[in-house]
Amino acid sequence: MMLPWLVLTPLIGGALAWLGWPRWVALATLAADLVLALALWAAAPADGRWLAAFNRPWVPALGLRLHFAMDGLSLLLVVLTLVLGILAVAASWSEITERVGFFHAVLLWTLAGIVGVFLALDLLLFFLFWELMLVPMVVLIAVWGHEGRVYAAIKFFLFTQAGGLLMLVAILALAIINRERTGVLTFDYFALAQASLDPGEARWLMLGFFLAFAVKLPAVPFHPWLPDAHTEAPTAGSVILAGLLLKTGAYGLLRFAVPLFPTESHAFAPVAMALGVAGILYGAVLAYAQDDVKRLIAYTSISHLGFVLVGIYAGDRLAREGAVMQMLAHGLGTGGLFIVAGALQERLHTRDLRQMGGLWASMPRLASIGLVLAVASLGLPGLGNFVGEFLVLLGTYRTAPGFAAAAALGLVVAAIYALALVQRAFHGAPHAAAPDLSARHLAILAATMAGLVWFGLHPQPVIDLAASGLGAP
Amino acid sequence: MNATDLTALLPLLVMGGTILAVMLATAIFRRPGPVAVLAVLGAVLALAALWPARAVAPRQVTPLLVVDFYAIFFMGLILAASILVLLLAHGYLGRRGDPPEAFHLLVLLATLGAMAVVASDHFAAFFLGLETISIALIGLIAYPRAHGKPLEAGIKYLILAGFSSALLLFGIALVYLRLGTMAFPRIAASRAPGDVGWLAALALIFAGFGFKLSIVPFHMWAPDVYQGAPAPVTGFIAVVSKAALFALLLRWFAATGAEAAAMIQAAAIASMLAGNLLALLQTDVKRILAYSSIAHIGYLLLPLLAGGALGLEAVAYYLGAYSVMTLGAFGIVTVLSAGEDGDDASALECYRGLAWRRPFLAAGFTLMLLSLAGLPPTMGFFAKFYALAAGISGRWWPAVAALVAGSAIGLVYYLRIIVVMVQPAPALQAPPGPAPWLGMAVIGALAAVLIWLGVDPAPLVGILHTLRVG
Repeated sequence: MMLPWLVLTPLIGGALAWLGWPRWVALATLAADLVLALALWAAAPADGRWLAAFNRPWVPALGLRLHFAMDGLSLLLVVLTLVLGILAVAASWSEITERVGFFHAVLLWTLAGIVGVFLALDLLLFFLFWELMLVPMVVLIAVWGHEGRVYAAIKFFLFTQAGGLLMLVAILALAIINRERTGVLTFDYFALAQASLDPGEARWLMLGFFLAFAVKLPAVPFHPWLPDAHTEAPTAGSVILAGLLLKTGAYGLLRFAVPLFPTESHAFAPVAMALGVAGILYGAVLAYAQDDVKRLIAYTSISHLGFVLVGIYAGDRLAREGAVMQMLAHGLGTGGLFIVAGALQERLHTRDLRQMGGLWASMPRLASIGLVLAVASLGLPGLGNFVGEFLVLLGTYRTAPGFAAAAALGLVVAAIYALALVQRAFHGAPHAAAPDLSARHLAILAATMAGLVWFGLHPQPVIDLAASGLGAP
Repeated sequence: MNATDLTALLPLLVMGGTILAVMLATAIFRRPGPVAVLAVLGAVLALAALWPARAVAPRQVTPLLVVDFYAIFFMGLILAASILVLLLAHGYLGRRGDPPEAFHLLVLLATLGAMAVVASDHFAAFFLGLETISIALIGLIAYPRAHGKPLEAGIKYLILAGFSSALLLFGIALVYLRLGTMAFPRIAASRAPGDVGWLAALALIFAGFGFKLSIVPFHMWAPDVYQGAPAPVTGFIAVVSKAALFALLLRWFAATGAEAAAMIQAAAIASMLAGNLLALLQTDVKRILAYSSIAHIGYLLLPLLAGGALGLEAVAYYLGAYSVMTLGAFGIVTVLSAGEDGDDASALECYRGLAWRRPFLAAGFTLMLLSLAGLPPTMGFFAKFYALAAGISGRWWPAVAALVAGSAIGLVYYLRIIVVMVQPAPALQAPPGPAPWLGMAVIGALAAVLIWLGVDPAPLVGILHTLRVG
């Protein structure tokens, strides 16, 4: 009953934030939403997969329903969304000085769209939120971004929208074929999962879904929007892009592309895993070659999300749980790295690594936190990414050892780029000096690090929660 | 003809009476206020007269006209659009300084023509209605006659309207030659498919429609006329004349069946792609909207091809959405145009920084553009949903693919306008004058409808379910 309020709260809060006290209203809205999400979890029935559900007719003549439901996977991602949202608001406290009200409105509306994506179980409703999160995000990049913001915003919009249109065609085709077979026009997840399709049709429809999600993930070769968008976005935008928007692609694969077309996905798995491995290596190698801090972090995202893609398509339970773990750890870790990069840019007015170096002397706190987040990114045991990557590799090894071996190479390159980042920014002869992190930034980053350590040392509760939503691979 | 027939015709009769009254009032008052009020009032009365007409529908009135739910829906759409154009034009004409009385008269005349077109069941009625629209439109396009661009646009429209009418007439004559009738039901009953003369007639008639609807390759006049005509008139052409003709095209298709479908699919694909690609090259908002409307007519041809109940519903919803968003877009151009130098504020540069100078207008324009691009939560999204659903259920895969490609290309130029609006305003710029409240109210209402029926389309979908041709 309360489930739609998870989406409505940030929508309304965004409008209120525009009116006045934007930062505090935004924080209060997100905190209230987080409490609501946790309360729904606490009130969930003990048995069954679904923790909460809401199902009402929307446009009866077209078979559309307002169908929201939350399982363990949705819950984890919704909580991640709200936590990262709070961090993003806190991180832009001093960075955003122009049109503050509008900024927070747009930020909250993006988050509302993302929460909707994680909860919707009517395919058209899902698509609606999929599109809804896009426009505010584009505005966020185009108005508050850095030098090349307009180009980056349009490129981001075009790539994801082209993918989205393919998905819309696939959704409609699926519903219409289902109507021709059963006589009922419906977009409901459970009904369409039962649809009987010809193998030929199913293959094309699966591809339509896969492409939309692969663009968002992003899988090589659909990634060119990502480095530009991540680099040009303001800090909060980068945090949300890397931490959350990429996860909607992975979530779409886990929730829709694979369960709706299991046979076809199984046949397609080698291609998907090959794309994943290509992304792991390509992202890692290109990350090493970057001089721009944010661009470097952006390319590491391509590499990390490659593991997620491999894990989803490995067809193994462990690998899929690892993929979810990797999503959560990457959300926190990369979000944290972008906050560090934003702090660097705020202080040095550059993102160029060639103009940094020796920063450990003047800002030891920022540098040490940067080190922790960088080694998390390279997969150091004890931190969240290690658990995710290890489970993905272990699970993949059981079904496709060749892909696992190739993916493991990515860990080597990850060590190189992560350590190179630390070396070039923080070590060496001092090039620049600037004041160290404020207490506010320390608190934000301490929270992300605590989360990473928790994921790294005691991942079982999270994995259990995710597993309840994954079903059999 | 009995009382029931007259009830069915009531909207048309009220409109005709209003035109006479406005003509007399223009002669008596010689000032814009009373004439404008009378014109709007008459149109509202005609709108109200749709309810009694609905009670007796569907009804064939004389062999020429049929008043069915379909005709009543589109009459309502046309009347609503005309009322909004009259309201928008009120402040605009005042600012331009052209004598406004005849403007209202011409808008009402064109509206009457459009109402006759959507209700016609016979080529004679259709042609009379069509010519009423065209002749009134020539006057409207060239209304600011002291300026060069509107005159040029008016003459272009005159020549092409005449040319396309001639093609259409030739086609109608061929139909009459083969079948000896011009009534749609009898044509449907006695047509001889596959015959060359019949195919030639179909092609000529489609070409006539193609000109009026600016379907590629008959689209060349649209950008120039859209740019040259005064902004409210452009909105009127784009909405009223196109909606009426498209509604009739569907009626004609329902009568003849989907013959020569390959030709129409080719025209649809060409319109979608050419419209969107050419729009990329423009730097004038009115021209961008002209090419975008070419593309939208291409999208509309997809449900027309698909036919059936779903196709009909899709066309009706799409035309409704298209009317709201197109009127809104041209409404914003109208409100922004000061008009002292005879040109509308249609250069893309006029919109730089609009979001910070006039946030309400910029927000409204953004909504309209997002809707044109087919993004939720607007009517444009459900319009695209319907068009795609109809296309997919008819398995028109090439046109579906073109729609997807065209929509993706379309994003670029819609987004470009939005990005220009949020960019910092140039320093040297006069502060905005007082906004015309009437125009702002119209835009606010259109935006509200756009969102309302985009979030909860169930009420409109419920009405569309009852539509039947004939």
